[in-house]
Amino acid sequence: MKSVTVDSPAGTITYTDRKRWLWIMSMVYPLIGVTGVIAHAWSEHEIGVALPLLLAYTVIPFLDFALGEDLNNPPEEVVSELEADEYYRRLLHITAPLHFISFFVAAWWVGTQSLSWWAMLIMAVSAGMASGLAINTAHELGHKANMFDRLIAKIVLAVPGYGHFCIEHNAGHHRQVATPEDSASSKMGENIYAFAMREIPGGFKRGWQLEKKRLQRRGVPVWSLQHNDVLQSYAMTAVMQIGLIIAFGWIMVPFLLIHNFEAWWQLTSANYIEHYGLVRSKKDNGKYEHCQPHHSWNSNHIFSNLVLYHLERHSDHHAHPTRHYQSLRHFEHLPTLPNGYFGSYMLAYIPPLWYHFMDPKLVDLKHVQRDADKLNILPAKRAALIERFKLKSGDSAGDTSVAAAA
Amino acid sequence: MAKFSCPDCEFVYDEALGFEREGYASGTLFADLPEDFACPFCYVRDKDEFIALDDSD
Repeated sequence: MKSVTVDSPAGTITYTDRKRWLWIMSMVYPLIGVTGVIAHAWSEHEIGVALPLLLAYTVIPFLDFALGEDLNNPPEEVVSELEADEYYRRLLHITAPLHFISFFVAAWWVGTQSLSWWAMLIMAVSAGMASGLAINTAHELGHKANMFDRLIAKIVLAVPGYGHFCIEHNAGHHRQVATPEDSASSKMGENIYAFAMREIPGGFKRGWQLEKKRLQRRGVPVWSLQHNDVLQSYAMTAVMQIGLIIAFGWIMVPFLLIHNFEAWWQLTSANYIEHYGLVRSKKDNGKYEHCQPHHSWNSNHIFSNLVLYHLERHSDHHAHPTRHYQSLRHFEHLPTLPNGYFGSYMLAYIPPLWYHFMDPKLVDLKHVQRDADKLNILPAKRAALIERFKLKSGDSAGDTSVAAAA
Repeated sequence: MAKFSCPDCEFVYDEALGFEREGYASGTLFADLPEDFACPFCYVRDKDEFIALDDSD
């Protein structure tokens, strides 16, 4: 075990990161897609290709339930040392090529085996699920100031075909998070399928507009592969995916369409559960208050955090976006998800179940206290939700008209 | 030329250097940055929240 020792006014502090080596799980987890190919080849049964889905949606939620939460935080005094340790960054760099390996292995298997239609479908969904993790890797790298990290983020986003993610996420989602204006913050009463219709096109549009604005400020052409980060990543996607169609034929078209959509859907799922119903208040000057830890749903479930580079400690991430994954903190009294992300996604996919578990939690949050004005509510359902949960509301006289207008 | 730091992350806007990637040429005064300028590292702090550094020359 490697320890960090620093001298502070309070004395010498020695900290051992017990998760140090366990972060290797986040590095290898994107290879989950390959486990389906191995299981199929080994068992000689096509159903083997379903292993990644089985692992993600039954084994991991069970391990999150069984192993529970990790409330450990590194002492603040050691954070700069911890973040300067290149080991943590290298893991991210090694993860990047694994996304390409996972994607190409799945495409090769679909392109070279005579799979039945359902096995091809499961392969495409599993491969997309693994490629959705490339957005997670790019997410961690894309928040860094270092240009090499940002370059790797741009390259790895070519796998899910989501080259606009970094600028959209950093300059779009983070600036507008937990407000009705954010296309990537879900509203109370909004189901995940309606949210996807807003979040996916909203992300493409906002990402492109932000990149266009940046390039215009620089005085360089927007439609330029030399300057436009989004186009560069899209171009890599196009080369890879057209190459696969040329190599393996038309079977790649449905495979890639499903793969791409499933990868984007992973991000949609994360965005949906991360800020559901939460809203920042407006200050007297008309600006929103800073994003606080209670403006994101958090999960301390140890297992899924260890395969997602601590993504689920989302409260600290949004309050301090440049903080590295190894130093993200747990706080008391946070909005807390009932399971890790994979288990929570399954709840979200069945909207009545999601509302059943989450709406009562949401309205009783410490900073909400059944006040409708402290919630991001879908306008069309506002009156009904106020009535159902007996919420306070500053616009109680206008509740009906708000709902009617929507 | 003065320097201004983001109150939440390590970003420092140095007027002498500007910030080319975001389109602010070297020599661009902090006062001349657009009103909707946000920290280009963390993106969650605005221009009016930046802190002028004492060691500016």
